[in-house]
Amino acid sequence: MKCQLCEKPATFHITELTDADGPKVLHLCEDHARQYLADESASPAASSAANLLAKQLKLGQAAEELERLDQKTCPVCGISFYEFRNAGRLGCPYDYTVFAEDLEPLLVNIHAAREHTGKRPRRQPPSVDRQRELIMLRRQMQEAIDHEDYESASALRDRIRTIESGQDPPPAEQSVPESKE
Amino acid sequence: MLAQPRSLATLVHHSANLDDMAERCGEWLRGTGPESDIVISSRIRLARNLAEFPFIRRCTLDDRIAIERTMRNKLDGLEALQQARYVDVSSLNELDRQFLVERQMISRELADAEGARAVVIDLAEQFSVMINEEDHLRIQVMHSGLDLVQAWQQISGLDDMISDQVTYAFHEKYGFLTACPTNVGTGLRVSVMLHLPALVITRQIDKVFRSLQKISVTVRGLYGEGSQYMGDFYQVSNQITLGRTEEQLVQQVSEIVPVLIDYERRARQFLVNESQQDLHDDVSRAYGILSTAKKISSEETMHYLSKVRMGVNLGLISDLPVTTINKLFIHTQPAHLQKLRGRTLSSADRNIERASYLQRHLDSGNAERN
Repeated sequence: MKCQLCEKPATFHITELTDADGPKVLHLCEDHARQYLADESASPAASSAANLLAKQLKLGQAAEELERLDQKTCPVCGISFYEFRNAGRLGCPYDYTVFAEDLEPLLVNIHAAREHTGKRPRRQPPSVDRQRELIMLRRQMQEAIDHEDYESASALRDRIRTIESGQDPPPAEQSVPESKE
Repeated sequence: MLAQPRSLATLVHHSANLDDMAERCGEWLRGTGPESDIVISSRIRLARNLAEFPFIRRCTLDDRIAIERTMRNKLDGLEALQQARYVDVSSLNELDRQFLVERQMISRELADAEGARAVVIDLAEQFSVMINEEDHLRIQVMHSGLDLVQAWQQISGLDDMISDQVTYAFHEKYGFLTACPTNVGTGLRVSVMLHLPALVITRQIDKVFRSLQKISVTVRGLYGEGSQYMGDFYQVSNQITLGRTEEQLVQQVSEIVPVLIDYERRARQFLVNESQQDLHDDVSRAYGILSTAKKISSEETMHYLSKVRMGVNLGLISDLPVTTINKLFIHTQPAHLQKLRGRTLSSADRNIERASYLQRHLDSGNAERN
């Protein structure tokens, strides 16, 4: 069978007895097993987000469910949930909207809370759509450069500069879904 | 390539410019401040990101350059930063980066990262602003001794000033957005660095850690995440950043500290009452080795300095100011040694230089053993 955290074959089968919900069996490849065991012997309170997420997602999640979840990507920065799960780091601010449903259990796990109650920025930020569009345009420009499509890259760069300089951007493309922020 | 900064003091990219820092004693080394026999420093850090860029992990090298340039321009001209120095970390050599890590002005992560990155350092070394570490901005304030409330007020003011210049990535529900969900919300890490040698000697330190974990407090070594517990220094900080206000988090850590101080003081008292001779011998030997060895490693130095520091606190060694000991902890670190010496040294040479440095500063004839 496959490792619960990646595609490699699972060669370690660890039975965890310390969970309140009863014994749990983990199936891990050698690398992830080593990581898991190293994390366990170090201060458990210092677990990385990846470690917590891995633990949270491994329990009772069918392989297909996890695979479907992993495919989800952010339209703005392009990161997939799978990549986030492995790295423990998100790709852009919009990820908190795209992956909200899946991140919330993790937030509750880490912080025992899901809403911010502290201070807010003094200034009212300009349109959120503008910010998202900028991140997306920069990514598209980089891709155009990678494909040696310098004409498109140049056009994108001009558009980025127009938006940055404060002029009103054209309405966002349909590909960026409306958020509930 | 880069425009000359107008008012931020000196763009630093030559190692010579950091040499003057080496001689001085940074804020948190002052050894003054409340409870400073046990509490070394109070540190508060805020994680912030710009709304218009991806998080660092998804940034291209050009993105990083753009972020660094944007931040440098925005920070330039800020009132509070007129007495600060802008350091281009990407063009520093390894020795200088290590130097800043030892001084707690930058993290190991910033030193080792790639691409455009920088730090703004207060000349009094009371605050620093890292650019392009795990998040776009990591603001940090450090005060000597137990001083969390003042530190919070200072950093919150800095944060407000910076937020007037840029647009932070902020979510109505989740708060300040960070690359790692463990920092989201307030983006706030409140820590206190404590010296707990007696708890180590009496083998109670593990018990103390376990009880702290139960109340969502993490414990780390001298240089933060992943560092060892050198010199019996421990940093305790909040684990949670979401769902509490900043004031509540500051209070949470503030409340734990007196309890830890009490434990340590009791453990010291126990050693004085129950094993006075062992303690005295322990401290004297430590002092003896430090002042006469001809070569000594960093680890050994930390180990013995820790005992000497406790000895000074308990009056077993007189005429040796705590400030001197605090300085010795820092100056005997690898990069500091080499900067003070004025050249790079091999590991073996460093051990000799370290011993020589200690000898000069401990056995200058002033310190007396009781």
